[in-house]
Amino acid sequence: MSLSATSAPPSPAAPPPPPTRRRSRALTLNRLDLKVSPYLYIAPFFVLFSIFGLYPMLRTAWMSLHDWNLIGEHSFIGFDNYTRLFTDEYFWNATVNTFGIFLLSTVPQLLLALFLATLLNRTFLRARTFFRMAIFMPNVVSVAAVAIVFGMLFQRDFGLFNWLLGLVGVDPVDWDAQKWSSWTAISSMVNWRWTGYNTLILLAGMQAIPKDLYEAAAIDGASQWKQFWRITLPMLTPTFVFVVTLSTIGGLQLFTEPLVFANGNIIGGDQREFQTLAMYMYELGIENLNTAGYGAAVAWAMFVMIALVSLVNFLLVRRTVK
Amino acid sequence: MSVTTRRTRLAAAALAAVTAIGGLAACGNDDDATESGGKPAKLVVDTFGEFGYDEIVKQYEKDTGIKVELRKTAQLNEYRPKIVRALATGKGAADVVALEEGILNEFKANPANWADLGPLVSDHSKDYLPWKWELGKAPDGRLIGLPTDVGSLAVCYRRDLFEAAKLPTERDQVAALWPDWNAFIETGKKYRAATGKGLLDSVTTASSAVMFQQGGDLFYDKQDNVIADTSASVKTAWDTAIAMADANITAETATWSPEWSAGFKQGTFAATFCPSWMLGIVQENSGPENKGKWDVAPVPGGAGNWGGSWLAVPTQSKHPKEAAKLAEYLTNAQNQVAAFKAKGPLPTNLEALKNPEFLAYTNEYFNNAPTGKIFGDSVAKIQPLHLGPKHQAVKENAFEPALRSYESGQSSKDKAWEQFTKDAKTQGAF
Repeated sequence: MSLSATSAPPSPAAPPPPPTRRRSRALTLNRLDLKVSPYLYIAPFFVLFSIFGLYPMLRTAWMSLHDWNLIGEHSFIGFDNYTRLFTDEYFWNATVNTFGIFLLSTVPQLLLALFLATLLNRTFLRARTFFRMAIFMPNVVSVAAVAIVFGMLFQRDFGLFNWLLGLVGVDPVDWDAQKWSSWTAISSMVNWRWTGYNTLILLAGMQAIPKDLYEAAAIDGASQWKQFWRITLPMLTPTFVFVVTLSTIGGLQLFTEPLVFANGNIIGGDQREFQTLAMYMYELGIENLNTAGYGAAVAWAMFVMIALVSLVNFLLVRRTVK
Repeated sequence: MSVTTRRTRLAAAALAAVTAIGGLAACGNDDDATESGGKPAKLVVDTFGEFGYDEIVKQYEKDTGIKVELRKTAQLNEYRPKIVRALATGKGAADVVALEEGILNEFKANPANWADLGPLVSDHSKDYLPWKWELGKAPDGRLIGLPTDVGSLAVCYRRDLFEAAKLPTERDQVAALWPDWNAFIETGKKYRAATGKGLLDSVTTASSAVMFQQGGDLFYDKQDNVIADTSASVKTAWDTAIAMADANITAETATWSPEWSAGFKQGTFAATFCPSWMLGIVQENSGPENKGKWDVAPVPGGAGNWGGSWLAVPTQSKHPKEAAKLAEYLTNAQNQVAAFKAKGPLPTNLEALKNPEFLAYTNEYFNNAPTGKIFGDSVAKIQPLHLGPKHQAVKENAFEPALRSYESGQSSKDKAWEQFTKDAKTQGAF
């Protein structure tokens, strides 16, 4: 929901200039049109957002203050659900898992995306449109399909990766039995799916950088590498903030990949090795009918975390610019 | 800017607004299929897996003139959220809803969601397996579910792999291999010595079998307090599973995992525990090329039940009376035999269990094993069980993960037990 909030259209801009010729017949209609129609144009978004974004958020906040049974009774308990979070071992386990997978998937992904975008931005590259489209393909594939295919590649007994490891004499890895291995497997799904997407956005950002900057730098004798550091990266900062924020939102809400990797078991591994926050929220809020209120508290904790991390991203990236 | 373009804009805005409102209206409208005169035009039945009702409802439609829509969901874990959603929002539930034993208790904990079938159908209290009938009642004594099927227990084994390991392959001889669980473990050791592979898929299928054989109170006592750490049945199941892990007789393939599904074809393991509903799954995972290689033998240590369902009517149904009649029709003796022959759910109706057609049934895929007789014989010996409200959650999210973490060497015996008893408390709360 914060995603839709950030991409919301700007508030109604100044209405079009008043008509120069007056026609008394149409005057009232015109005025109405000027005053009302801008709001009508933006109304669909706000109507839909309040129904599918705002209402569920407020409702979740309300639920989180209750001891709530999804198909039964509920009673008000104030902030008990939130204080319970602080001592909940599995909540912190899920937090660590989420951030671990997030870092493993976001950092290499953005570096790779930056590299690919730079390549695609080169003028000497042939068939650029083909490559640009090809790199986006993984993003079009359904997330469940990706997770299922990767789940098979990472199988213990008949998986491709263990077979490859076997060729170089490494013992088969039970991928879902340990934190490091399961995180790696899940991150690779996320990386595969989102690198192309981020590449394209970074590429768009690069193409918006005026060419004369590079020309001037070249005339001054700056190398390609120096141009990249001194021109491309600083000018790309706004795009980077956007990409990092999107990755943060997506990464911290990670759900389908680990769930499918766990064969649909919501606890994510026999010892919760890769249960993410979103999975823990689902376990409490939807699977365990009686803890729906506590699940709602986890949802809000996630929301706060995402907001904080996005803010930190923003501040960090902005400081490096100055 | 001309008037025409402005008019066009206004029209577009109006159109957008109308579309938005129209979309909303579409969400909020459920048409109620009632004919004049109170008789419903259509009843909806929600089931998961295969209940074998396709042909049966055709006869019902002919007899009553009421259409029946069967809504099937492939797996129980996708099915449960749908029911939860319908109950939580108060709409969208079918008129007749199948409830599996693992989730029945959880839904029974809020009996107000379900119609009391007692006054709506004839008295069937003597027609079904007594313990099965009792489980269909809510804590307050109201009748919530009519029994459909039981799982019972047997062992599915691969004849060709047994032969390769120089073990006997005929049903009777295989049964003689494991009169009890220790003998089963010894067989597993022999199999490991001969082939280097695990006999059984995982310790958790065995622990389920043992637990359900024990009967009585499992994770909960009669007052529905969680007694996971003191329950004798659970402890026996746990110890048997640990002994199997120590003896290294399993292939360590978690049930439903890709390794497990592939294992049927690849011969990663040579046996698994089969409630009757598992036969279809074994067949599907093994594929037509392995037809005749699997067979069915009695389980070590006596009869037990794993799985089985009831039909219930949600209070939100607009036609509880007709829905109850339909549930009654679907669970009568004749139709339970028909369903068994179609898709394999084992009857619970006493008359159906004595039906000669049922007893004479043999399963072609499983080397013509007389599954009607094998399962039918054991059904009568099943011990009554008490499954608490969140039996399924405790079993799948606390008991089995802890066992698997020991089986795969991630956890010590004590640590695994500690994990189980701790998680059982939180998973078991309701």
